[in-house]
Amino acid sequence: MSGFPHRHLLGTQTLSASDLTTLLDLGERFLEIAERPIKKVPTLRGKTVINLFLEPSTRTRTSFEIAAKRLSADAVNISGAASSTVKGETLLDTARNLDAMSPDVVVVRHAQAGAAELLASRIRARVVNAGDGAHEHPTQALLDCSTIRKHKGRIEGLKVAICGDVAHSRVARSNIFALRALGASVRVAGPRTMLPAGVESLGVEVHHRIEPAVAGVDVVMMLRIQKERMGEGLFPNTREYARYFGLNQQRLALAKADAIVLHPGPMNRGVEIEPAIADGPRAVILDQVTRGVALRMAVLYVLAGGEAQE
Amino acid sequence: MDLCLRGGRVIDPVRKLDGTADVIVKDGVLADCGPGIAARLPKGGIVLDVAGLWVVPGLIDLHTHLREPGQEYKEDIASGTAAAAAGGFTAVCAMPNTVPPNDTRAVTDLILRRAREVGAVRVYPVGAITVGLRGESLAEMGELRDAGCVAVSDDGRPVMSAELMRRAMEYARTFGLPVVQHCEDLALSKGGAMNEGPVATRAGIRAQPGAAESVMVARDIELCALTGARYHVAHVSTAESVRLVRDAKRRGLPVSCEVTPHHLTLTDDACAGYDTATKCNPPLRAAADMDALREALRDGTIDAIATDHAPHSSVEKDVEFEQAAFGVLGLETALALALDLVRGGVLTPSSLVDRLAAGPAAVFGLPGGSLAVGAPADMTVIDPEAAWRCAPDAFRSRSRNSPFSGRELRGRAALTMVGGKISFSEERFRG
Repeated sequence: MSGFPHRHLLGTQTLSASDLTTLLDLGERFLEIAERPIKKVPTLRGKTVINLFLEPSTRTRTSFEIAAKRLSADAVNISGAASSTVKGETLLDTARNLDAMSPDVVVVRHAQAGAAELLASRIRARVVNAGDGAHEHPTQALLDCSTIRKHKGRIEGLKVAICGDVAHSRVARSNIFALRALGASVRVAGPRTMLPAGVESLGVEVHHRIEPAVAGVDVVMMLRIQKERMGEGLFPNTREYARYFGLNQQRLALAKADAIVLHPGPMNRGVEIEPAIADGPRAVILDQVTRGVALRMAVLYVLAGGEAQE
Repeated sequence: MDLCLRGGRVIDPVRKLDGTADVIVKDGVLADCGPGIAARLPKGGIVLDVAGLWVVPGLIDLHTHLREPGQEYKEDIASGTAAAAAGGFTAVCAMPNTVPPNDTRAVTDLILRRAREVGAVRVYPVGAITVGLRGESLAEMGELRDAGCVAVSDDGRPVMSAELMRRAMEYARTFGLPVVQHCEDLALSKGGAMNEGPVATRAGIRAQPGAAESVMVARDIELCALTGARYHVAHVSTAESVRLVRDAKRRGLPVSCEVTPHHLTLTDDACAGYDTATKCNPPLRAAADMDALREALRDGTIDAIATDHAPHSSVEKDVEFEQAAFGVLGLETALALALDLVRGGVLTPSSLVDRLAAGPAAVFGLPGGSLAVGAPADMTVIDPEAAWRCAPDAFRSRSRNSPFSGRELRGRAALTMVGGKISFSEERFRG
């Protein structure tokens, strides 16, 4: 197994194709553990993983917890509302105090971009970014790539459309970096209010309607619309959003006949994605979740398993 | 103490001087200036050999945050003016966003009293435009002026209401006070922590567009045309803003503006690593903006280089990027960065002195800015090529938030003199 030459996993922006492939391949190996009656291997026995989740999460937090436990690590969960951050303790103080208890890995999710970077520069433990504001969500991109690679056999040369609120999406950013590094071509689509300044500089094809974006693609990735953004003037209401930007059967039919549909969850059924599509044969959404655990096991393994380079 | 600065390169664009000359200071006043006149120094006076160095009118900073009263843990008048002196400044204009703000003469009086007691350089207070800097009602500009304020500003915050800005301009004009605006349409900026553009997009940071600044510059220029008030744009940062100011000057309007050394030196690329020492407002902009600022500085559209020295402690800065306070230090690095612009062909030695001394003095109508015989001896001796490493722990400022930390810089003040008294000097000139 080739080494993973990074001390932390803060994003996909700085990962090479080789780094990504290492993690994807490892993920494949860890997948089968979920199929066993006894879903445990002793690989990270005696290691401590702290999940510091200062933003709500269902999938990611549970996924990291299960991943750590299946590797026999001791997993500790801290959620924002129940932590001393409500007493005004700063992020750094929280992290340093936890670090003083010698965890091997701190997995952090935070509402502000750069939070994982901040921790990584200050604590001794390895840091995994589980989502920092609108910046990156690297393990999501890894599980998305893993899912795509499984269904399509490869990533190189694929056409991928990412549709929705790209401006506020860490999932979009991490996927754009990872997919491009692995040789896919990426298109983004959404109303102009949801595409960030200079988005072309990320190396993506830019569309303001879904139809041209999904035409002939191998993969359609729909992003969650955040209803709270209605108050900010980004879109008038969910009815209009669904009519003009939602994934329905007519729009899906423009993609390749064997195109797959991904969604990072949680879904707004009937808004960005039609329920029939979400539950239909082209959607691989639950595969994403299954692979999420395996990829997170892979990440914890390379960082805490003793084989990572300094 | 009488003294003579002998053999330096005396540069004064107002008096059209640029050549080797001696300067004699008697009783705190510039008594004589000319080549080979050192012998005229009265008996008992001290001769300082400044050959190879520049002797210029004392530098004036139009925009400094001294944080006293109220936030002395970040900086106070003693440490801030010590930093100014070390940076070669003989005068600083102190912005009113103190705690309490300088919207009443009681605070102006306090600032001036402290400056007299512990200040290393001259302090010119800038009073508030509105009470509490809240943008709702006018501050007592008449009293502020009488107490010693040289201009009014709500800096840190813009005056959002066009109606109130119009009235503020008219009222300020009544008392001969220039109005300084921190141009930021808060509805457009929404507290964005970086310049809107590809770098912020990559970093996932909430950002503010350059238009948040220029829409207010455009609005205020129209209000300046309406009211005839002297209007000054603080810390201009975008190509659009300088284009508007250039056009306003062509129209003959009494508009001026200033730019910070960090906006002339850094782009938003510096923020990509979430270093909060690069977080400021207006934020660092794109390369095209920086180029436009440099050209505007060169052609005189920009009247002054002003530091916007904004000290913050680790409590405000050692946090998540979007959470961190806006502001960077500037007093102790400004000169080196300005000299880089001379080396880079943007400024000549003469125009550098103009943008750091004569220009600022003219904008606010301050004394100084020139080596006038008979005037108080405010002078800066510059070692233009001195190599030094920016080490914040060595700063005289109480704070450490400089984006140039660790950089190798060239050029610094060798000696700063205020009213004939030496406020700062290098080893070689002491004792």
